[in-house]
Amino acid sequence: MEYFIELLFSGLTRGSIYALIALGYTMVYGIIGLINFAHGEIYMIGAFTSFIVATVLSIYGFPLLAIVLLAGLAAAVWSASYGFTVEKVAYRPLRHAPRLSPLISAIGMSMFLQNYVLLAQTSDFLPFPQLIPDFDFMEPYAHVVASSDLAILVTTALVMVGLTLLIKFSRIGKAMRATAQDRTMAMLVGINVDRVISTTFVIGSALAAIGGMLIASHVGQINFFIGFIAGIKAFTAAVLGGIGSIPGAVLGGFVLGLTESFATGYVSSDYEDVFAFSLLVLILIFKPSGLLGKADIQKV
Amino acid sequence: MISFQELKRSLLVSLWFVFLTFPLMVIKVDPIERIVSWRWENAVFVAIGSFVVSMLVRVFFVQKQRRRERLAAGTLVEREPLIQVILREPRYLYPLVAAVALFALLFPFLFSTYQTNIMITALMYVVLGLGLNIVVGLAGLLDLGYVAFYAVGAYTYALLNLHFDLGFWLVLPIGAMMAALFGVMLGFPVLRLRGDYLAIVTLGFGEIIRLILENWNEFSRGPSGIANISRPGFFGVEMSLESAILYLYYLMMALVVITIFVVNRLQDSRIGRAWIALREDEIACQAMGIDKTKTKLTAFALGATWAGMVGVVFAAKTTFINPASFTFMESAIILCIVVLGGMGSILGVIIGALVLILLPEYLRAFSDYRMLAFGAVLVTMMIFRPQGIIANVRRTYRFEKKQAE
Amino acid sequence: MSTPVLQVTGLSMDFGGIHAMSELDLDVQAGEIVALIGPNGAGKTTFFNCVTGIYNPTAGDILLQPPDGKPVRLNGLKPNKVTEQGMARTFQNIRLFSNMTVLENVMIGRHCRTRSYIAGAVFRNRNTRREEQESVDKSYAILEKIGLAEMVNEFAKNLPYGAQRRLEIGRALATEPFLLLLDEPAAGMNPQETQDLDELITRIRNEGHSILLIEHDMKLVMSLSDRIFVMDYGRKIAQGSPQEVSANPDVIKAYLGEDGDA
Repeated sequence: MEYFIELLFSGLTRGSIYALIALGYTMVYGIIGLINFAHGEIYMIGAFTSFIVATVLSIYGFPLLAIVLLAGLAAAVWSASYGFTVEKVAYRPLRHAPRLSPLISAIGMSMFLQNYVLLAQTSDFLPFPQLIPDFDFMEPYAHVVASSDLAILVTTALVMVGLTLLIKFSRIGKAMRATAQDRTMAMLVGINVDRVISTTFVIGSALAAIGGMLIASHVGQINFFIGFIAGIKAFTAAVLGGIGSIPGAVLGGFVLGLTESFATGYVSSDYEDVFAFSLLVLILIFKPSGLLGKADIQKV
Repeated sequence: MISFQELKRSLLVSLWFVFLTFPLMVIKVDPIERIVSWRWENAVFVAIGSFVVSMLVRVFFVQKQRRRERLAAGTLVEREPLIQVILREPRYLYPLVAAVALFALLFPFLFSTYQTNIMITALMYVVLGLGLNIVVGLAGLLDLGYVAFYAVGAYTYALLNLHFDLGFWLVLPIGAMMAALFGVMLGFPVLRLRGDYLAIVTLGFGEIIRLILENWNEFSRGPSGIANISRPGFFGVEMSLESAILYLYYLMMALVVITIFVVNRLQDSRIGRAWIALREDEIACQAMGIDKTKTKLTAFALGATWAGMVGVVFAAKTTFINPASFTFMESAIILCIVVLGGMGSILGVIIGALVLILLPEYLRAFSDYRMLAFGAVLVTMMIFRPQGIIANVRRTYRFEKKQAE
Repeated sequence: MSTPVLQVTGLSMDFGGIHAMSELDLDVQAGEIVALIGPNGAGKTTFFNCVTGIYNPTAGDILLQPPDGKPVRLNGLKPNKVTEQGMARTFQNIRLFSNMTVLENVMIGRHCRTRSYIAGAVFRNRNTRREEQESVDKSYAILEKIGLAEMVNEFAKNLPYGAQRRLEIGRALATEPFLLLLDEPAAGMNPQETQDLDELITRIRNEGHSILLIEHDMKLVMSLSDRIFVMDYGRKIAQGSPQEVSANPDVIKAYLGEDGDA
């Protein structure tokens, strides 16, 4: 029973991270119909940025709370900047090109960013400091639920709520929804579509960065390659929930996280990645609209 | 002339990139020794580099705009690219081909064994590129899992050689057929999928196959791979390393020639046109009587066949294979070759493969930047020259003018 | 004595709650030019899409009657099979193969009437070469017929608009259809082009083809059609000769404001 609860929380934690990253995929796909292949790398850059800032601040003796906040802020700011730049450089020029062109560009961008971090930093696995301390009140449950599990779940929940409020009630949120539905019409009513698209990238990247920092602190190490696998899994989550749907991304994230956790816990841990890839393949082939999405009818 | 406005904008761009790259390029931490190093020189490089690139991009677009204006105004006439002229006129083409052929034949005797070995690798990528070109360039199916067929070929030979002691020449057709079979198997599920979903699913397939090879130890020997694979036999004669490499070189040359011949014929045939129609407009293609399913599966199968053959050669050349050689990166590199060369252009793909494989070898100092460059190539080509180095030219026909009644 | 080449009964098409087409009956007799007209959104192109296999109709029957064979039920057949049976179409928004030459676009139409495959392509045996030459000749003949012979080696995307529309028709003709479906062939054409199109379609019919066309240009419709079917909101609201239809009060009501181009 205890094992089950342990797996449950582990799955929810994974699911949170997948959800945070998946949101970026789903928002971008919803608004410009592009699978942002480089999004996983944005997540990785977030992890690296928070690592660097946290380590520097800790060497200079800053208090833990300040480190956590500043590292998180730095990760969000820089990842958002990378996301913004990638969109401007690699995707915007191709907005009217045939569908495959921006996808190929995204693949190139992903390769570029991966190797950029590799060359600028290192290929080694870097030890990430434990930014989330073990809370005293968690002591009795520590063997099934880690403090960082709780912190991740709470942070993710807060972020989700914030994002939902933003999308639903703010002006920019409305503009984003309008642009996602009909870009031409949005332009005609005076929405600055370019800015809306940039904002989408910025928000998605910031979320991924937070995810990057949380998981890095949880796992304890980072490496330039973590973006690739996390990206694929988060994309699986986004598709599972229904690509383009924000609640879908969250749902998909948790479903994937929990299934992965239980599958590796009760069946086999070697084939963890095979499981995720197989799930991705199966969904795209049999139900590409996902759990919450609508099947789209092609107009001839 | 370059205006002050443009200079200012490039300066701002450059400052942005300095900010952007600051944490990763300038700061380096050693978490164990607890030291922070500040590499300010990197900031300078980024500043200068991004300024220069920004200016170049601006100049490029200005030139493109001017060119377009002059074409529209009639002051500039579109000239046929030199390479097309050469390809068309036999009196240029034949001597050029003869010279290249002669050079290719004499290559191993003009250069060292090491160089020949590199050239064999380059030739392998030429064939891989031409194979992927059928799927991506002609049929327009973005197959990101192409490396899976390469792995199928390699492991077919390795396993048959290991368990049944079968030789290279016997397994070569078997490897090709296995790969074709996998091509059909992997093609079936993706028939209904649209461009980007097809890409992701094929990527998924490629990774699944690699992960299975890595984890199913009883079958594939897992991450440690299979060693002591036999080299291609020459009438049972034992060969030294140099001779083996020589043999492999001419073998690959022959394969390249055959591939060029076959792909060239395919491009200009009923099935070739069907592929291009499929790429151009799937719905219209079907409406014109083309069986979408059969056409797609044929593209996958034929493309896979070449990867399979090169896979067999790869296993024979390196005599050792393991799953690490068949990652997604490989598929990405081959895609890069096709994108750089020009989708659908045989000569372009050949040049693309030679450039992308040989250049890093000869610029050893920059080899670390190889993958970075590949990524940049993909992005740059898509934005600046999506048709590739050599744009695709369709066959022209000559007709006798009929007399008016 | 007339024999129907196309018989559609009770055709309905629903898209998850939206009734795009309800119980439509339509027929085309051999050698006829039939027009399908109606306001925008009436469901005309949906009709084409159902009949040609792009959509699978929710209900109804589509029967194709080849001049020398048994009737074929087209429901659920894939578009390429439909074309093989002898019915070809053009599209409302031009769907040419932009990066192929004009000749090659037409040659694509020959695909379902030829057979050479991989081995033929690679070895170019006698049969393949003969087939290929035949395709080229027949395609060129079609280009001459539609007046595009001069542009034979041009990329389709470089053609002027009117020529592109004609090329689509030529491409469809290459599939050797006995029934030709034209979706707004005159859209965007100037009066001279429309006149040329009128002559072309008449010529095609006189060569033995039956034609079903969707059109908004009333002058062209009145001039060409033997019979007209009128749709509105997915239903047939009238049918008959051009005179009958133009006098029909339901048609006038549905079409208010649409009375032909200058």
